[in-house]
Amino acid sequence: MSSRAADRPSPPRGASTPPEASAAALQTRGAVAFLTPALLLIGIFLVFPALWTLYLGITDYRLTGIQAAQPQVIGLDNYASALGDPAFANSLWVTLLYVLGSAVIGQLGLGFALAWTFRRWRGPARNALEVLVIAAWIIPSSVVAFLWIAFLDTHNGTLNAALGNADIPWLFSWPLLSIIVFNTWRGTAFSMLLCGGALNTLPPSHLETARLAGASTWQQLRDIVLPSIRGHLLTNLLLISLWTFNDFTPYLITAGGPNFATDTLPVYIFRNALINFQLGYGAAISAILLLINLVIALVYLRLLRARS
Amino acid sequence: MVRDGTTPTPGSIPGPSEAALQVRRLLSRIGFYLFIVIVGAYFALPMLWLVFAPFDPHPTLAAAVPSSVTLSNFSDLLKNPNALRSLVNSIVLAGATMVLVVAAAAPAAYALSRVRIPGRDLLLYVLLLFSSVVTGTAAMVPLFLLVFNLGLINTDVGVVLVLAGGLMPAGIFILKDFVDSMPKSYEESARVFGASSFQILRDIVLPYARPGLAVIAVWVVVNVWSNFLIPFILIRDPGLMPAAVVVYNFYTEGGQADLRLLSSFGLLYSIPVVVMYLFVNRRYGFRFYGGIKG
Amino acid sequence: MNANRRPTRITALLATAALVLTACSGSSSPSPSAAAASAAASAGGNQPSSSPAAQPSSSPAAQPSSSPAGAPVTLTIAANAVVGGKSDQEATWLTNYVIPAFEKEMAAQGKNVTVTFNGTGVADEQYKAQLALDLKSGSGADVFDMDGIWIGEFAQANYIKPLNQILPAADTWDGWSQISPAVQANMSYQGQRYGISSGTDGRFLYFNKDVFAKAGLPADWAPTSWQDILTAAQTIKDKVPGVTPLQIDAGTAMGEATTAQGFLPLLVGTGVKLYDETTQKWQGNTPQIQDVLNFYKQVYTTGLGDPQIQLAAKGRDQSFLEFSQLKIGILAEGDYMWRGVINPTGGVNPMPNRATEVGWTLIPAKTPGSGVNGQNFVSISGGGGRVLNPNTKNPAEAWALLSFMASKDSVLQYTNGQPQITQRNDVNAQILSSDPVLTFVATKVLPLTAYRPGFAVYPQVSQALQLASQQVFNGKSVSDAATEYNATLVKLVGADHVVSGG
Repeated sequence: MSSRAADRPSPPRGASTPPEASAAALQTRGAVAFLTPALLLIGIFLVFPALWTLYLGITDYRLTGIQAAQPQVIGLDNYASALGDPAFANSLWVTLLYVLGSAVIGQLGLGFALAWTFRRWRGPARNALEVLVIAAWIIPSSVVAFLWIAFLDTHNGTLNAALGNADIPWLFSWPLLSIIVFNTWRGTAFSMLLCGGALNTLPPSHLETARLAGASTWQQLRDIVLPSIRGHLLTNLLLISLWTFNDFTPYLITAGGPNFATDTLPVYIFRNALINFQLGYGAAISAILLLINLVIALVYLRLLRARS
Repeated sequence: MVRDGTTPTPGSIPGPSEAALQVRRLLSRIGFYLFIVIVGAYFALPMLWLVFAPFDPHPTLAAAVPSSVTLSNFSDLLKNPNALRSLVNSIVLAGATMVLVVAAAAPAAYALSRVRIPGRDLLLYVLLLFSSVVTGTAAMVPLFLLVFNLGLINTDVGVVLVLAGGLMPAGIFILKDFVDSMPKSYEESARVFGASSFQILRDIVLPYARPGLAVIAVWVVVNVWSNFLIPFILIRDPGLMPAAVVVYNFYTEGGQADLRLLSSFGLLYSIPVVVMYLFVNRRYGFRFYGGIKG
Repeated sequence: MNANRRPTRITALLATAALVLTACSGSSSPSPSAAAASAAASAGGNQPSSSPAAQPSSSPAAQPSSSPAGAPVTLTIAANAVVGGKSDQEATWLTNYVIPAFEKEMAAQGKNVTVTFNGTGVADEQYKAQLALDLKSGSGADVFDMDGIWIGEFAQANYIKPLNQILPAADTWDGWSQISPAVQANMSYQGQRYGISSGTDGRFLYFNKDVFAKAGLPADWAPTSWQDILTAAQTIKDKVPGVTPLQIDAGTAMGEATTAQGFLPLLVGTGVKLYDETTQKWQGNTPQIQDVLNFYKQVYTTGLGDPQIQLAAKGRDQSFLEFSQLKIGILAEGDYMWRGVINPTGGVNPMPNRATEVGWTLIPAKTPGSGVNGQNFVSISGGGGRVLNPNTKNPAEAWALLSFMASKDSVLQYTNGQPQITQRNDVNAQILSSDPVLTFVATKVLPLTAYRPGFAVYPQVSQALQLASQQVFNGKSVSDAATEYNATLVKLVGADHVVSGG
């Protein structure tokens, strides 16, 4: 996993700076001093408990009952029973759809569309819309979850009222779609801000030239904009995919139901770790989630490298 | 912010026919407004409830203008001795975590950006992945026992350290990008004048990366503001609990929400973060100037 | 900030090293190693329950058993209750009555006792997790609330101890005579008392007299078999459009409500208990389990019940709301609904005319005489209580507090004029007469009731039952759902502890 490829597109620095030249600006000793506080904190409060958790994944540890007093190392049994559990397979599938729908298509798509729209549009309406989008991102999850329960309510919900008292049981008939639409609403702001920042790095002359040459918006996007900010988009995609994979908020809206239609992996872990108190099993699923996240990160790095 | 009053008309390219151009311009304008109205409604409608219900003497799940406006929900809310205090606690936790993350992530991001350490990016990714394990429910016992054995149970310090540890990798990841985009010549000329690494960090890197610091600060505060599990398992004194925990006070033993208290508390609980964002945005410009690269 | 952090970091490193050693040595002993424990003690971490301000005064009093007269003692109560929020009644009672009255009583005996109350208002599982973490680390409040169903798993984990092992005097408390054996058993495990119950409840059938009148059904409806219930529901379906005839909790979204208000009351009506203490076996794929699943299938696939309510995340709330709006004909619920939901004073969905609009009747066995112990009618009860922390530094004072909270005066103060079923017979006799439903529960329901098995594995068995109850109205056949449940059960408790087949 070379880091060089990732650094190359950065315009101000570029490949022209030999790697070792940076040592002149910041001595190794200084760098160590700068890194120490963060690494200490990460080492003690992140790496250590994470490794401990991974260790619990090979035990039958529970928070209560006999296994709380005498946990046994059971090797890979937790992993075997997870892989043999149809509910786990269902959760994995639901999670993939959720990430694809709400992060990749929803947040990135809408976030980019908004950033593109906001690029040159000015005025109070724009500012109001931007604050709304960002408010959806920063209002606490327990509050937004409740807002969406109210919004989608069958008989009283604002959505059904807006559709003319439709009385559609959204969370019952379209549960996964509902939480995908919810999470798109929830997280678009991050992609919007990030894409906005990326679009700002584009030299305006590029687009101007293309426009004068008669390129349509779609052509401009395809041929100029997307290739130039592809690295930014991929990084954004990595972060929002990871966050969505680990997102627990849907539980507050649907509790994983109906009939496990919204039982994403974090909800599955929650059910096993906090309702059943099977912490060993929950830890094993967390490790599987970690592996999936690792695969995403590797795919991302590969895509990033492939662009040069 | 520049206001030129014009709306963008994507695709308005000088074409062969003036009439076709007019039609095209009109269509794209209609399309644009349609998009804005739909997106605006999408983001605004779910929030309506939070605007009306807190002032409704008998709120339901419907977002309706109350027939009579009341503040009694708020005065009833104050009967819960933890309600207002929890907001102060949230501010303390979020503020302290924010300071700690920014203070530790900024120099680390600078160092990682400027010094080539073998496997640097791999390290960052692995840490990023680990943070998702620790924020999950499965890490409850390790985190609790760790903090317990440090003697930090029932203290803000314990909560802040755990939260900061979990948020640090993504913070460094985002911040490193801002530093990456800073031309090296800035530091090099400073070094010519004999500035120390610390002085360069303080006087050149940090001012340059200010929007990045603002992004991290808001992002950390928002995350801490919502976090239920960590303070809940690490704090026992109800007087120290943050709002993320206290918001669950307004459900009955049967699990039903008390809409009067929940809506009014939900509003109070949301306002500080929105205000903070508006403040930071006005003061520092909340923008990802460079975007993020790996 | 930096200067403050440094010592913390050093302590952190040392303790982390100790932890790594513990973790690496197999992690088989859940209690922290001696080194880590003493490090924690020196850092003041052994009393997480008391507020930092109160700590200096309390830490010197670390003597075992009761402290000398006059030495200050701090006790802490933990409960999932908070003033102005969840379980406000209990929190207010603790704050305004128990703490001042108990401190005064102690002062009268020459003891300087300070009591603090750590109340949260969260989901039960989360409160349970907090308790378990505290007890695991050897800390926690001196007296805490617990659901009776948790006793077994906490005892198995060695988190709690029988009362008489903490303090032999607990057996001689005069209050035991006022608490019926079944209610005591709810806070016991393997015949040992772990705490004092704080009340109980019972499940029965509510019905809407208004709906019944429209359907031509009697206002004094008293079904004697499952078929009677189904027939009445069918009549409502035929004659009263727009009303859900029957709701009986089902499915995983309802969680424990499904098991406690639906599945288990039905199951005991077929003559068996989920777990038989004498044979030490759980009900697997038996005809009785299939009977219950058949009943569910019939209710939720023929339009007698509304499956949407059962599957929605807030389905129970919705069933409460719709019942209060006269949109549900028959609802199986506990007395909590009467006291906490449709109560005209302080209920969440108040029914001003509940006395005339609402009817109530016992849950019949499948057929007369087919219930457990040959009963005609059945019920399931739950309830919580208060437990003594085995790690308490002041067992005598903690027990004094615990028993004070269950004294007649305290319990009367707790009910505060609102009738409800308490743990004490003398209080019940005094306060229930004004309330017809609670009198009905105390005199008719409680004598026939059964309690749920309290094992660590129970929540998972319960979930498997919830899942089966849901599968049968999502297209699975009863025998397939029962087979799948049986397989899950065998995995959980082992084939030796499962009865299956006819």
